[in-house]
Amino acid sequence: MTAPLDSRPRGGVGDGFRLWWNALPRPVQWVFGVPFIALLAALPLLNIPLLTTVGTNFGSVMAQFGMIALIAIGLNVVVGQAGLLDLGYVGFYAVGAYTVALLTSPDSPWNQTGPDGWLSKDWAWLAVLPIAMAITALSGLLLGSPTLRLRGDYLAIVTLGFGEIVRLLADNLEEITGGGRGLSQVAYPRVGVTDQFPLGIFSAGNVGKTLNSGVWWYWVSLFLIIVVLLFVGNLERSRVGRAWVAIREDEDAAEIMGVPTFKFKLWAFVIGASIGGLSGALYAGQVQFVVPTNFNVINSVLFLCAVVLGGQGNKLGVILGAFIIVYLPNFFLGRTEILGIPIDGDSIAEYKYLFFGLALMVLMIFRPQGLIPVRQKLLAYGRQLYVAARRRSEEATTSSGPSTVEVNK
Amino acid sequence: MTGSWAQAAQVLTGPVNFNIDALGTNFWQLTIDGLAYGAIYALVAVGYTLVYGVLRLINFAHSEIFMLGMFGQYAVLLLLGFTPSGNVYAEGTLMTIFFLGTAMLGGMVVSGGAAVGLERLAYRPLRKRNAPSLVFLITAIGASFVIQEFVHYILPQLTNNELGGVNAQIPIRLVAPEEQFSIFGATVTNITLIIVISALILAVATDMFVNRTKFGRGIRAVAQDPTTATLMGVSRERVIMLTFLIGGLLAGAAALLYTLRVPNGIIYSGGFILGIKAFCAAVLGGIGNLRGALLGGLILGVMENYGQVLFGTGWRDVVAFVLLILILMFRPTGILGESLGRARV
Amino acid sequence: MSRDSESEHDPGGFESGAEVGEEYRSMSEDAFDPDLTPMITDDSVVVDVSDVMPELADPEVVAEIVATTREIDTPLGKPLVELRKVTVRFGGLVALDSVTFDINRGEILGLIGPNGAGKTTCFNAMTGVYRPTSGTVGFDGQVLGKLKRNQITRLGIARTFQNIRLFSEMTALENVVVGTDARHRTSVPGALFRVPRHRHEERDAIDRGMALLEFVGIGARATEKSRNLPYGDQRRLEIARALATEPKLLCLDEPAAGFNPAEKAALMDLIRKIRSDGYTVLLIEHDMRLVMGVTDRIVVLEFGKKIAEGLPSEIRDNPSVIAAYLGVPDDATA
Repeated sequence: MTAPLDSRPRGGVGDGFRLWWNALPRPVQWVFGVPFIALLAALPLLNIPLLTTVGTNFGSVMAQFGMIALIAIGLNVVVGQAGLLDLGYVGFYAVGAYTVALLTSPDSPWNQTGPDGWLSKDWAWLAVLPIAMAITALSGLLLGSPTLRLRGDYLAIVTLGFGEIVRLLADNLEEITGGGRGLSQVAYPRVGVTDQFPLGIFSAGNVGKTLNSGVWWYWVSLFLIIVVLLFVGNLERSRVGRAWVAIREDEDAAEIMGVPTFKFKLWAFVIGASIGGLSGALYAGQVQFVVPTNFNVINSVLFLCAVVLGGQGNKLGVILGAFIIVYLPNFFLGRTEILGIPIDGDSIAEYKYLFFGLALMVLMIFRPQGLIPVRQKLLAYGRQLYVAARRRSEEATTSSGPSTVEVNK
Repeated sequence: MTGSWAQAAQVLTGPVNFNIDALGTNFWQLTIDGLAYGAIYALVAVGYTLVYGVLRLINFAHSEIFMLGMFGQYAVLLLLGFTPSGNVYAEGTLMTIFFLGTAMLGGMVVSGGAAVGLERLAYRPLRKRNAPSLVFLITAIGASFVIQEFVHYILPQLTNNELGGVNAQIPIRLVAPEEQFSIFGATVTNITLIIVISALILAVATDMFVNRTKFGRGIRAVAQDPTTATLMGVSRERVIMLTFLIGGLLAGAAALLYTLRVPNGIIYSGGFILGIKAFCAAVLGGIGNLRGALLGGLILGVMENYGQVLFGTGWRDVVAFVLLILILMFRPTGILGESLGRARV
Repeated sequence: MSRDSESEHDPGGFESGAEVGEEYRSMSEDAFDPDLTPMITDDSVVVDVSDVMPELADPEVVAEIVATTREIDTPLGKPLVELRKVTVRFGGLVALDSVTFDINRGEILGLIGPNGAGKTTCFNAMTGVYRPTSGTVGFDGQVLGKLKRNQITRLGIARTFQNIRLFSEMTALENVVVGTDARHRTSVPGALFRVPRHRHEERDAIDRGMALLEFVGIGARATEKSRNLPYGDQRRLEIARALATEPKLLCLDEPAAGFNPAEKAALMDLIRKIRSDGYTVLLIEHDMRLVMGVTDRIVVLEFGKKIAEGLPSEIRDNPSVIAAYLGVPDDATA
């Protein structure tokens, strides 16, 4: 059977790059990756002219980006990989943030950093971090168990309801959560206490020019992002990741092929929830003040935007999506001219939801897979195949022009 | 540790009043008012349920269709010379009816038109590409944002700050609430009467349309089996447009009734929460089921009132979601079950 | 998903794939791709299998890797599957009416009948898609009661689909590995931390997956996206994926649909090869030549009832079977 491959359009630069990248052994990939990550980390310090935000502090913008990127990765597990419509992801974010706040804020009745609590003020945040993740994971389990049997659209509405219920609980249970007043003086890692920074580098009070708290939190979130990416990558290249893709593609067929679909859907929820909780804890530590107003549907939708925009299913793509969502409005804020052209940056930033809405609508028509489409690797030991495939592809292109490749049986 | 568990339990339920006395004494008032409010939910819910029944699509932007209806009616009132400064229009019953009727028509026209426009611009291209439901959902959300922000920022600029933005939080009191009579000790005001009667007329009209007319048959046919319906000569595109139109018209009418009840609700974000709750109502009654949407709306309206008194004002919004989760867990097809298209699992 | 409402549905709904409203929501293979023609991606280039795994050049080694390692209680020749008075009702419609037959271990059984006879319903009843309204399905000594579909697969019944249901975005090898995953026992935390069992199972999966692809004849296309495969290869891939679950019984639902005679002959060889490797095969087919040529015994259904059972030669001359079909094998001249 011959397949005339020459009649099909060739893949672009992206695919060639991917082929090359996939065939590299792991240590080599790290050699390339580390300088890139270092560059990313150094961005706030480099003060690149057009990139640096004018109206707001670039460090805090990057810190916010770090948090939203984590959220995007977590939501991507649920929506992009397992294909579950989740409109209430902000609920997990809230549970994580409130767990940290409830355990460490002096305003909270459950504060454990006081004299008779078991947390020390310096390390409280770090100690509570795993607790926050665990509790959020539990909430994911509780939410998922009854609802994951529902079909897709209903799941979207139920998760929306969950997000709203969390917010309303936070708003109404005033004795515990402070209601609208919120919980303040949430703990953060008390590191780097010097005369210059009496409250430590992570304190919200550290608003220095370059090395302010935003930058430090940004580095923390970068680190966490890398760790989470590694773990999520491990899952992708295992039966778990494959099950998710199978469920997303054709749940019935997956079930018939022996995939325990409900169990893995629940796991997707739980893992997504933990990551959301992690990000919430990050947020609580960074801002040190937790109120219900932030955890609304609009933000849930914004998170979904980041995932869909960047490329649902692609864990690096959604990071790009998060960057766009966070950075772009801040880019325009306060900016009165770009390269000499006068613009009204503040107005443009104000219109951000309008632009996002339009971008979504247009994207869904013309490029629904997002900016960086998903091209998952699902095999843990598939590298030898990519090597072989790359070698064959090189042979095919170096031989006389377009050729037909025989499939030998 | 047990001490703190008990303390925690007390703290958790503290803000929840469990005020059964208040519920008992006000029962009929709450019920009557709840039914009126619920009628509004019902009309909006029909839009969701029809579109879902025919297209299996949750039209998230339907809440914005409702909001546009509110602005539509406001615009008509402005054109008729009505000044939105909180003065009750008091030129007599006939003129009031004229004003209300025209305003309602204005709202319906705007909402209906917007609904059809939304379908054409946003959803049709997706249908042509066979997009999966997540894509539709995202587009609906995007459209919702776009419409909200349009009314928020762009409309004021187009209409010299008369319309849009945040200006219309100025209350529009078209009718002063006056007690007409009382049932079981509960006051029934003229507003309540207007709402209930209008909603009843519209609901019956819609029901007759869907169940007794040729067009309605077309809707039901496409909902059940689009391909065969096309083979039988039903134009699917026309039916879809009709479905959106009906939903829009009803939402526009509901907008007027809502303004009667909540005079300062005309704002760009005024549709959002109501829309979500109306969708919950549609699911409650049975998504895809017209009568289910009506029933669900009424039930939701009443339950919200009870919940508000029973548990406290802040818990009012939670009622819709809790009911939603309960119904989806125990009877996912809704109270009346799915019927329009026999929507499947 | 509510199991109950599923059985009330139009029985054809599951198989036809063209469900009401499906077109608005279908994850059709071309759904996302604005550029509908397949691209040459890194995945769509053929692989030289002997390059990657030299041991797979020997068909005997391949067959041995593909053969199941399961313990099967039923001895060779004895009934592996026992359908006893299986009835499936959808509301008022009786799709299967008190059907009783056996499938013996190691045989190739054909299930034939005119359209609407209930063959696919029978399949679905055996694989857990439909719950029989009454009657029992016995499998390797135990009754399939209220088991979930994936549990039935893990018990040892695998199937292919009448309209191909591959995971289109995955490569051929990945599709097959999903099948092998049915027998994997790595937990989620185990995968998270790449414990030894996970690594062991992953390596095995690739070995077995490649062997399976070689076995059905598409080894060279291992890294190609399944939706880019030619039609015939897709059918073979489905078979490979089903075999990957290490079934005791392999059910093929019209595997030759759309094949030309040469491809059908190759398929017959493949089915025989599968049986020699130790699997039991149940086959639904319309092509009489294929059925007569490859099966050991045949069961004939009409209107949900079994009307005949026996050797191919007996069935061919059976008057009620001929009457049910009103005619001759269709492509005897092809």
